[in-house]
Amino acid sequence: MLKESIGKRSDKVKNTIERGAVRKFAEAIGDPAPIFLDEKAGADSKYGRNIAPPTFPVTFDAGTVPDLNLPKKGLIHGEQIYHYNRPLYIGEDVYCWVEVKDYYEKTGSMGNMGFLTMTKYGEDADGQLLFSEERIIIINEAARKEMSV
Amino acid sequence: MTPIVDLQVGDSLDEIKLSPVTRLDLIKYAGASGDFNPIHTIDAEAEKAGLPGIIAHGMWTMGNLSKLFTPYLEEGFIADYSIRFKGMVFLEDVITLKATVAEKQAQQIKFSVEATNQQDKNVLKGDLVFSL
Repeated sequence: MLKESIGKRSDKVKNTIERGAVRKFAEAIGDPAPIFLDEKAGADSKYGRNIAPPTFPVTFDAGTVPDLNLPKKGLIHGEQIYHYNRPLYIGEDVYCWVEVKDYYEKTGSMGNMGFLTMTKYGEDADGQLLFSEERIIIINEAARKEMSV
Repeated sequence: MTPIVDLQVGDSLDEIKLSPVTRLDLIKYAGASGDFNPIHTIDAEAEKAGLPGIIAHGMWTMGNLSKLFTPYLEEGFIADYSIRFKGMVFLEDVITLKATVAEKQAQQIKFSVEATNQQDKNVLKGDLVFSL
């Protein structure tokens, strides 16, 4: 059932990187550095502006994949992988979407587990890819049974 | 501080030891990230999920780990950052963040990164490519 979702993707959603959201995020990860938060430090930096921490894309709305209904419980976050072409700038618009990249099941010591790979992408207004964020989610058997009800 | 470009294979960045994890840390991260899964903030929900108590968001720890590199952002940026979550982080755990140079090329430095708890057990582990 999840296998049928492979290759499906959401429609693009526009996200604006807001200064206040970056401040809250940087403080929540204990990294309130001037390069993220201080306007003058950003202007004086090699980027000429403030940038966002590398895990900030967790906050982006990337829409929803049609017909993909994940269980609310029984999900384990297995891996998270970022690729960047450049840092993200405060104030810029990022157009995000998410795609189901892969799904397979494997039996191991914890029973039959499902492995779902979802990748979020972000591009600028000109369609240049800025980053990708791959998330591998492990779904246990009990949670999958609930989905099929 | 040694410029990151001068580090050699086997050299490590200065470790960072975090304060013991508090519920407020996780409530703040929930708000800032938008991840309101209650197993990270509400005891009863964590217990219902079969956990001994609330656990930190994996992304809270991964987010913290990247600050090892923040002092070097004038030299370059994080191009690849790949983490495998290995163990749960509970309230009062003391997490230490580490990064060691694994490979060096002209335009990039690859680090092995990890976060360990007070029992010296890995809670997450991965690789990070710093692009010069």
